[in-house]
Amino acid sequence: MPSVLTIPPRIPQAQNPDPGASKFCPGCGHGMTLKTLASAIDELNLHDRAVFGCDIGCSLLSWNYMNIDTIQAHHGRTTPVIYGVVRARPDTVGIAYMGDGGGLAIGAQHLVNAAVRNEKMLVILVNNTNYGMTGGQMAPTTLPGQKTETTPYGRDIEVTGKPTKGAEMVASIVDTDKAYVTRGTVGNPRQLKTMMKKALQNVADGRGFAYVEVLSLCPLNWRTNNVDTWDRLQTMEDYFKVGELVVPQAIEGVK
Amino acid sequence: MVNKLIKEDTKLFMTGNEVIAYAANSAGAEFMYGYPITPQNEIMHTWCKLLPKTEAGFLQTEDEISAGFSTVGGILAGKKAFTATAGPGNVIMQDAMSMAEMMRIPFVCAVMQRGGPSTATVIYAQQETTLTVFGGNGEGHRIVYSTAGHQDLYDYTIKAFNTAWKYKFPTYILADGYQGKMREPVVMYDPESRGIEMIPATPFLRAEGVAGVDRKPVHMRNCFNLEEELMEVLDSYEEEFNRITPEIAEYKEYKADDADILIIAHGIVARSAITAIDELREKGIKAGLFRPVTIRPLAVEPLRNAVKRAKQVLFTESANGQMARMALEKLYGLNTPYDTLYKMGVGVTGGDIVEKVEQMLRQPASV
Repeated sequence: MPSVLTIPPRIPQAQNPDPGASKFCPGCGHGMTLKTLASAIDELNLHDRAVFGCDIGCSLLSWNYMNIDTIQAHHGRTTPVIYGVVRARPDTVGIAYMGDGGGLAIGAQHLVNAAVRNEKMLVILVNNTNYGMTGGQMAPTTLPGQKTETTPYGRDIEVTGKPTKGAEMVASIVDTDKAYVTRGTVGNPRQLKTMMKKALQNVADGRGFAYVEVLSLCPLNWRTNNVDTWDRLQTMEDYFKVGELVVPQAIEGVK
Repeated sequence: MVNKLIKEDTKLFMTGNEVIAYAANSAGAEFMYGYPITPQNEIMHTWCKLLPKTEAGFLQTEDEISAGFSTVGGILAGKKAFTATAGPGNVIMQDAMSMAEMMRIPFVCAVMQRGGPSTATVIYAQQETTLTVFGGNGEGHRIVYSTAGHQDLYDYTIKAFNTAWKYKFPTYILADGYQGKMREPVVMYDPESRGIEMIPATPFLRAEGVAGVDRKPVHMRNCFNLEEELMEVLDSYEEEFNRITPEIAEYKEYKADDADILIIAHGIVARSAITAIDELREKGIKAGLFRPVTIRPLAVEPLRNAVKRAKQVLFTESANGQMARMALEKLYGLNTPYDTLYKMGVGVTGGDIVEKVEQMLRQPASV
């Protein structure tokens, strides 16, 4: 019997094994999200058509994470880069990977307009309720009362408004016959993979826009231990409801 | 591939914006991304009107930020894509242009300058010269052609695509609202008929084969971990830029050989200078013109030689010396005195220049 330590990790084909250990902080949700995405790409066999774009912020660290062609863009600008690629080469399955700041603050106009225009691309928005890379400032998704570097006494919604509900916003503006909009969580990777597959399928079919929001973890900036990290994820799931918001009939059966 | 509309020499009388759209088609441009802003709108209008014939692509984006970045995306996909902008649009498009500069993406943009700063006028200026050349948080590794009329617009739009795809530096057609909106005769032609071989576009992403199976995946980034890592890249860009400068730098002279007074002007102001020079020469005043066609890189040696020969120099621009600052830096060590005629955001007429030169003869420049 081989020792457990000698069994190589199972890495999806769409994930690049070369960089070795993940560059994300211990406990970060990006690694799980990206591995789930890579598995979904494997299962749909989209390696020859997929183009991965990553934003600035922690998502930037994924620039060589995938075993597919990748472009790292500027903060908030991954969406237009990817729809630019797809418009020029429509058989591309374009994936724009970003954080909540990139998608809902600095790049919100691109998310809104890409959704309204039914750009045939997938936006994956990783929601960890703060700006991680820059040291833990308030994000559009920061929960009421949550302490961040720019809300050191807790987010006061009278001053800063309520957290942005990205999936609900996107769901309210897309063409509901053509777009797929959902919110998953790293707390349920199996469900997340199904969502990723539906989203990818919707784009691969040329039907239209897909948006997958992923509730994720940031123990470093949250300053939480294992138990508190998962508690925080539960709190997030209470505020940002997990589940599908818009599902075109054609992909309902994708598992 | 797109259908090219100009198959044989065709003389037309049209606006500069229309000329740019036709020239882009003649250059084999396949996709335009754009956002409305005056005075460049008719480039998009014409491009869109011609789409059924050209079978090219167009996307009207939500702003110039996305017009710039989606142009980058189209180019990454292997299409000859371009955009056009002006004024405040040029300001916010610098975000994408600096990414193109860092990643050596053959970004092509027509800048139809308008008054600035801010919204200013929608009419005309030469106030986006510094911005177009040195905009962004970098070193200005860009190639900028300043046109002086419609034949230039046609010739240099075609050339811009070839320069961009050959050298992989962002390349600009720097024009202005006057050129965009006025009508002039222009001879359009198929570049091949002039012996111009158009460099084909090749994809940066999604090249042949399955990524990770048949070939290594492409991982393109503009972010670096270490200072030295960045400097190594930029040093190589600088070296490459300097190496290609002699192949790219262009200038035009008009009666500059024996000029006592050398007028240095670019773009449409150089046209006014020619009018002025003819008038001055009739009066027996030896005036001449040095016109940098490439504002970046400048044709430094010819510029220095022309300045050395002259007794006085006059810089004139529809800006407060944006081009002059770049030129003066390259004239270090020469002692020909110079004067200036700067009209910020306003056209410079031949009459203005004649008057200024006559004044310079009465009261020579001392700077």
